Amino acid sequence: MQSEKVITAHELTKRFGDFVAVNKITFDVEKGEIFGFLGANGAGKTTAMRMLCGLLLPTSGQATVAGFDVYKQNEQIKKNIGYMSQKFSLYEDLTVSENIRFYGGIYGLSDAHIKEKSALLVKQLHLDGQEKTLVRALPLGWKQKLAFSIAIVHDPAIVFLDEPTGGVDPVTRREFWGLIYEASARGITIFVTTHYMDEAEYCNRVSIMVDGRIDALDTPANLMKDYSAASMDEVFLQLARKAVRSGD
Amino acid sequence: MKQFLIFVKKEWLHIWRDRRTLFILIWMPVVQIILYGFALTNEVKNSNIAIFDQSRDVASLAISDEIAASRYFNLVKNVYSYKDIGATFRQGKIRMAIVFPQNFRNDLLHTNSAQIQLIADASDPNTANTLTNYAQSIINDYQQSLNQNQQLPYTIKAQVRMLYNPELKGAYSFVPGVMALVLMLVCTMMTSIAIVREKEMGTMEVILVSPLKPFRIIIAKAVPYLFVSLVNIITILLLSVYVLGVPIVGSLWLLMAESTLFTITSLSLGILISNGAKTQQSAMFTSMMSLFLPTLLFSGFLFPIENMPMPLQVISNVVPSKWFYIIIKDIMIKGLGFGAVWEETLILVGMTAILLGISIYKFKIRLA
Repeated sequence: MQSEKVITAHELTKRFGDFVAVNKITFDVEKGEIFGFLGANGAGKTTAMRMLCGLLLPTSGQATVAGFDVYKQNEQIKKNIGYMSQKFSLYEDLTVSENIRFYGGIYGLSDAHIKEKSALLVKQLHLDGQEKTLVRALPLGWKQKLAFSIAIVHDPAIVFLDEPTGGVDPVTRREFWGLIYEASARGITIFVTTHYMDEAEYCNRVSIMVDGRIDALDTPANLMKDYSAASMDEVFLQLARKAVRSGD
Repeated sequence: MKQFLIFVKKEWLHIWRDRRTLFILIWMPVVQIILYGFALTNEVKNSNIAIFDQSRDVASLAISDEIAASRYFNLVKNVYSYKDIGATFRQGKIRMAIVFPQNFRNDLLHTNSAQIQLIADASDPNTANTLTNYAQSIINDYQQSLNQNQQLPYTIKAQVRMLYNPELKGAYSFVPGVMALVLMLVCTMMTSIAIVREKEMGTMEVILVSPLKPFRIIIAKAVPYLFVSLVNIITILLLSVYVLGVPIVGSLWLLMAESTLFTITSLSLGILISNGAKTQQSAMFTSMMSLFLPTLLFSGFLFPIENMPMPLQVISNVVPSKWFYIIIKDIMIKGLGFGAVWEETLILVGMTAILLGISIYKFKIRLA
């Protein structure tokens, strides 16, 4: 079965002066995949993700996102991706509807489309009646789910999630991943970084970065077999212990 | 007690570690004392004046020499007609003109009294007052010296005429100054805070990933404040005219246009400040330090610039509000048109272009 490659990276590198943050990473992500991008703090995950989002120009190497080149077709990439930052990307002093309207608008959705999406989203997240609530007043779990839904409001080819489940209880995390599965089933590719190793097991494939390199890239099941580990936690520990760099 | 001291020590560490604020806390008073000491003098010195001597006799020339030699005055021009005087005032080149009538000395010798006319630019009423007083005291001195060995005393009367602001209302120089200050404050501080707030909240990253171009993001941040400023301008003008009795002698449209230009200049400055600041607090601080005080000091509305030492006069050229203050005064109080203010306008346009250019350039390269 020929799968479309939504992200390709070949020897992608980023240097800051003498410091090599990302060291010749090479990998692919297929359409509809849930790809986990793991690594310790300071391993280079955020830098790598920034390059893929068009926020940072690579020093060398090649990469394409949604078929567009990261060096020359930055603008197209931005139109075709969604992004959810660690801080959830919602405006606390705006209401639920206002946030949806804003993001829908800057991604070029028509007014009618936004209205339609808005209604759909509200229903899906069980936020009926809360459209005019300030985001600030929503519980953390709801904010997260809303942020994710808004990140994909324009039905992008791929959505980047930067540690999306920080500080949230396990039940809410499970619900959040439910949303991710739904999106994946719709054909949206998910590129997620996380510290939670149990979440790593929800992914189709996982890569582990250590000191700027990708030291492991496979399905969680295979990795656990290769490293004779009972959980992704152990796989991660084995790899991360070798790390020279520490901390962000 | 020990707990208390431990807490005090912690607070001290906070201050000590925040080098930037500490620098400002300790250094600022020093700078201010020096600045205030040199720049803020109500003593008027080196004011530009012109003399229209229709008599050119011994007496008028003697008085002229005294005046020109005085450290209070700087004789810029000898004019030869009233029309000339008017033009020189309009160009903003002089603060006062002294007119000797024809047959000055003759009148003095034959009728024991003569008149000298002092015409002062009263758009700055305090300075106008001071200058005419100085001039009168010099004239009185000359009068005294003539009266040394006289039976019948000579009297030289000075007839004072205050241009533009005959009632010497303080509001005339005050209102344009406040306009410059308010616009500067609202636009610059608020814009810089708005941009930095995005950074602080973490939503800046998400915006940058979106298809919206950085240039447009910046402009979009500034636009609401443009409107707020227009409202401010209109409010200030309404209050000035109807409550303070300050007239708008010149073209209202030109006034609004120039004010809008200055607003854009201030917004650009706000954007530039936001580039360097990481927190809203430091954005606010930087705006205050770099703008509020210099605007107050160097725009010329509280303390005339020509009274300051040379280096400070040069610095004042860099402060946008100095040029705006001249423009506003010229239009509002003196009723002049674009022809009189085009140079200052050009300077503001240039400043805006440079500020915007630097801001956008810096904003872009941050991403790479």
